[in-house]
Formats: sequence, C-alpha cells, structure tokens
Amino acid sequence: MAGTALRRRLGHRRLTARLVETRDETATARTLRFAVPGWPGHLAGQHADVRLTAEDGYTAQRSYSLSAPADGEFVELTVQLVPDGEVSPYLVRDIEVGDEVELLGPLGGWFVWRPEQPGPVLLIGGGSGIAPLRAMLRARSAASPPFRLLYSVRTPSDVYFAGELDSPDVTLLYTREAPDGVERTPHRIDAADLTAYGLPAAEEPTCYVCGPTSFVETVTGLLIDAGHDPARVRAERFGG
Amino acid sequence: MTDGHLDGNALAGPLSTVFTAEVTTAVAACAGCGRSGPLAAARVYGAPMGYVARCPGCDQVLLRYAEAPAGTTLDMRGIATLRLTTAD
Ligand SMILES: Cc1cc2nc3c(=O)[nH]c(=O)nc-3n(C[C@H](O)[C@H](O)[C@H](O)COP(=O)(O)OP(=O)(O)OC[C@H]3O[C@@H](n4cnc5c(N)ncnc54)[C@H](O)[C@@H]3O)c2cc1C
Ligand SMILES: [Zn+2]
Repeated sequence: MAGTALRRRLGHRRLTARLVETRDETATARTLRFAVPGWPGHLAGQHADVRLTAEDGYTAQRSYSLSAPADGEFVELTVQLVPDGEVSPYLVRDIEVGDEVELLGPLGGWFVWRPEQPGPVLLIGGGSGIAPLRAMLRARSAASPPFRLLYSVRTPSDVYFAGELDSPDVTLLYTREAPDGVERTPHRIDAADLTAYGLPAAEEPTCYVCGPTSFVETVTGLLIDAGHDPARVRAERFGG
Repeated sequence: MTDGHLDGNALAGPLSTVFTAEVTTAVAACAGCGRSGPLAAARVYGAPMGYVARCPGCDQVLLRYAEAPAGTTLDMRGIATLRLTTAD
C-alpha cells in the first residue's frame, strides 16, 4: 500500500493493535499478544510506544519492549504491574482480548541485536528487563555466536518465560529466595556473579543490560569495572 | 536507589514525530564538554509530556522535547553536531 509506505517513510507509524491473546507470566505480569495490521516487522530489542485514549479524549503513552522476535503482523509485549501506575494496571489487569490500543513503532536502533552482528552476546536483565532480552534470545539461530543470559529475579515465582529458560546459557540470579538445589545464596548481582556466569571482557561480548534504572546503573558499573569496553555496553532503563 | 531516569532509547518514539531517520543511534557531540556518544546513551529525565536529555559526561542539557496541544518544541542547543550513521 503506497499510503502505508509513505507514512512509514515520514515516520508516522502509529498503528492499531488488537489484543488476541494473553499469558500470565507471574501474579503481577503478563504477556500480551496483539495483531497489528501494517506492522513492518522489527529487530530484537526494539520497543513500541503504547497509547491509550479514554472516552473523554485523555491520552497516556508508555514504552514497552517487543518481547518476541518479528512474527509477521503480530507483536508481544510483557508488562509488569506498577502499583498505582497509570498504564501498567490497565495492561496487566483490565484489557481484554478484542480490545484495541495504538502502537507507535518499531522504535529504537541502539538497544538491538542484529543477527549479522559479529561477536558473542552477554544479556543481563532484572525483573521485567527480561522482555527485550527474551526477544534477542529467541531471535538467534544455530549459526549465531555464543549467548549468555543472566536474569536477576527476587524469588522463583517472579520468573517470566519460565518454560523457556532451562538452558546451560541461562543463569537465574535469585536476590531473595532461591529454589531448593541452587547453591548460590540469594543476593543482588555482584562482580563474582559476572565472573562465574558471564563472559570475560577478553572475549569482547556486546553486553545488553535492561531493567529498573537502579539495576542498570549497578550492572553497567560492574561490567565496566570488570574491563568491558563502555562502547560495547548497551543499556535500556525502564525507570522506577 | 536512583532517581529513576531513563536513557535516550525512550526518545525514539517522541523524536520519530520530528525526524524521518532513527535518531537515537545518531552520535551527538556535546556542546559543553565535546564528548561524543549515541543519543541512546544520554540520560533522559521526565516523561511522558516532555523530556530532557543530559550529557553522561558533564550533565549539560543536550536536548529538550516538549509536547503541548499548541505544538511540539525541540531545543537542541546543547548538541554541537549530530551525526547520523548510515547503518539504519
Ligand atoms: C524503552 C522502554 C522500554 C520499556 N519496556 C518495558 C517492558 O517491556 N515491560 C514493562 O513492564 N515496562 C517497560 N517499561 C516501563 C514502562 O514504560 C512504564 O514506565 C511502566 O509500565 C510504568 O508505567 P505506569 O503508567 O504503570 O506507571 P506511572 O503512572 O508512569 O508511574 C507510577 C509510579 O511508578 C513509578 N515507576 C514508573 N516506571 C516504573 C517502573 N518501570 N518500575 C517501577 N516503578 C516505576 C513512577 O516513578 C511513579 O511513582 C519500559 C520503559 C522504557 C523507557
Ligand atoms: Zn558534555
């Protein structure tokens, strides 16, 4: 459609997304699958801005990572409930299959992993920060370079995408409470964790760090202290 | 704890209403200290009606973006040069 192509070139990429499926990740987070006619596809790590419009015309807009790789005209978002928040309670509790929101996207070109990109990949996520990293993990193929994922969660019941993470490349770092059989005593990610479960700076991985701002600040600092080149440390702060 | 600031990734949507290219990957040189880096790596404060992006080197304001019913205002005086890469 010439109109769509032209609008895309002009940067106006606001599309109507219809909710087609939801999956609970935890008691306070869920993945929303939308059908988005005209969606041009996306790169793993990109996000979309969701705009809600109330009947009186009031609008609210927030950013959400695309938590699955490109899949035709479908996108997935994975949203954590922020108590007293304006937008996340609607997305986690209220929106129903068939309801529509507006999406602006795909957005961003920095916090992305491209399949043709050389070099290993170190993903470090905290809480809902797993969302774009899960898209990267699923976008890789047998031909991709080595990946490592460190995923910081409070307790076993806070793990998103639980069924998908059972892999030697993935380490869950529990901060409050760990399941039986996990040797590491629960604590916040530290330098020893990076050494034990990450990739050495000498292998020059591209590092992707995502989650609440305080988590990202801590982890980017640890990576740089461990000798990773700041130019290869990419971060996405969710706020909070 | 932190102040909950964001980073330049959050500017991708707002700036897409002004620029046709993906600007968060563009390399911005700070008019204050001369430091260069992708706009995506700037510290970003405030949301959702307006944003201020600050230089991670010297904290100077690189860019201000404000949306109002009367129109959108973009102040980029803190950026000496903005170099768009051809990769996107
Ligand atoms: C590029 C980008 C990608 C993002 N991707 C995701 C994603 O994939 N999944 C996801 O769940 N969120 C994501 N976020 C965060 C999301 O945009 C919202 O900030 C979040 O959902 C809270 O919105 P709200 O309207 O519910 O709360 P608000 O009404 O905006 O805020 C209510 C209160 O919560 C605090 N708060 C704001 N944001 C957070 C936060 N992230 N964590 C804790 N407290 C917060 C505020 O300071 C305020 O006090 C992303 C943010 C950015 C910038
Ligand atoms: Zn500066």
